[in-house]
Amino acid sequence: MARAAVLGRLSWLVARLADIRDETAAARTLILEVPGWPGHLPGQHIDVRLTAEDGYSTQRSYSIASAPSGSRLELTIQRLDDGEVSPYLACVLSRGDPLELRGPVGGYFAWHPGDPVPVLLIGGGSGVVPLMAMVRTRIASGSQAPMRLIYSTRSRDTLLYAAELECIAAAGDGVSVDVVYTRSAPPGYGGRTGRLDEDRLAALAGQRDTGVACYVCGPTGFVESIANLLTSQGMDPRQVRTERFGPSGGN
Amino acid sequence: MGIVSPGFSGRRRSKANLPPGQYLVHDFPVLSAGPTPRAGLDGWEFRITTEAGRVHAWDWAAFRELPAEDITVDLHCVTKWSKLGTSWRGVSMDTLMDGVETSAGFALARAVGDYTANLPLADLLDGKAWIAFRYDGADLEPEHGGPARLLVPHLYLWKSAKWVRGVELLDHDEPGFWESLGYHNYGDPWREQRYWGD
Amino acid sequence: MTDMWTDGNSLGGPLREVFSADITAAIGRCTGCGRTGQLAEGRVFDHSAGVVLRCPGCGQPLLRMVRGSGRTWLDLRGLEYIEITSPG
Repeated sequence: MARAAVLGRLSWLVARLADIRDETAAARTLILEVPGWPGHLPGQHIDVRLTAEDGYSTQRSYSIASAPSGSRLELTIQRLDDGEVSPYLACVLSRGDPLELRGPVGGYFAWHPGDPVPVLLIGGGSGVVPLMAMVRTRIASGSQAPMRLIYSTRSRDTLLYAAELECIAAAGDGVSVDVVYTRSAPPGYGGRTGRLDEDRLAALAGQRDTGVACYVCGPTGFVESIANLLTSQGMDPRQVRTERFGPSGGN
Repeated sequence: MGIVSPGFSGRRRSKANLPPGQYLVHDFPVLSAGPTPRAGLDGWEFRITTEAGRVHAWDWAAFRELPAEDITVDLHCVTKWSKLGTSWRGVSMDTLMDGVETSAGFALARAVGDYTANLPLADLLDGKAWIAFRYDGADLEPEHGGPARLLVPHLYLWKSAKWVRGVELLDHDEPGFWESLGYHNYGDPWREQRYWGD
Repeated sequence: MTDMWTDGNSLGGPLREVFSADITAAIGRCTGCGRTGQLAEGRVFDHSAGVVLRCPGCGQPLLRMVRGSGRTWLDLRGLEYIEITSPG
């Protein structure tokens, strides 16, 4: 059970963009160096603050995509065409530029690598980002907790972390990955194309041991739908932790 | 203030001829303290309750029979955006208050759910306030307060309660939803009255 | 159109400006319906003049927050209590 840790006040840190990795046509991972970064748990997020020259400022939250790694932090930004912040982060911010952020935030939607309980991760669209942090942490920490990721996305073009997920699935080291394509599947894909519905979820989630910890993340509608299906399929609501990215899944 | 983010300008905005601290927007941001009510017109009612407990009520049909006017007003939100020249159609509060006997000095607008906003009764009269049901040539959408909202453009927009269902006339001032938690009791954008003590 | 709310996780940062504990993982009890849960499970309406965290059961405001001109106002009347666990 996640605890509300007593931590101390959060302050704004100035990170620098060290490197960039393009994930898809509309998504890019920012690799940040954050002096003073206190470390984090996978699942936690940071708040980013942008300030224009006239003093106008705005903030957004982004899930941390990376496993803990000293002062290095990765964020995967999905560019929304009518967004205010995501086009800046995904297209304008350049190597060497500063970025104000604070964190890590969130003790509820977080996974402790020391926890041996089996984990079920269900992500929709960019909701896969914090779940990927959990997968990466599980691998890096040597945890043997069985972990299953079910990742729902529109098509191969929108699939984040494609190569890495393929490797992880092939490694067969206790982390299983199932991708559900809702609009169009790539050639050779064995499953049906379409939403992650009741039948599909039951088939993929498999038998649930008592004590499995479930994390569901994505746009609000996706999370509501999956959380309801899980509980109607017999999962105790207290085993299901959710994080919603708002109606459009972020901006 | 935070460090400047190189190359960041945010959404299009300008200072134009606006109240202090505001910037101009061309979209119409949707703000809400709670879920959007989507009840139909069947149970809709607008009530004016006097300090003596007398109730004047209109259902949708009766409300729509009242004379309405087309107005063009500027909107100033306390979250700093302003939208100029917005077109509405609504029933003036003067029309609704006609025939209401009262000596009350204060009013509290009540909306579906728990939202309220208080203001002096005088700020609802003399052509300063409407119950608006059309925006920009179409029926007012739920996101912007439809079927009908209070519109009091000379004060910050939080006073213009969306999904309004009535106004209580009171002898005493009763701070509303935001006025009871730091927002200015009166809220004049031109004197930048955003918070208590401003 | 979906309502403009997100879940209590998003309050983590703003509340850390006020509390030294992570309140989103804290347990609270709603004075309206008696529901008990972690605050992260509440519904946050922050596209507004302030922030409102509502009970996912009955919709009552559990917590309201306004920040402006160097001050923060907090109303916790919708919560009967908050239970925070210290580490260790």
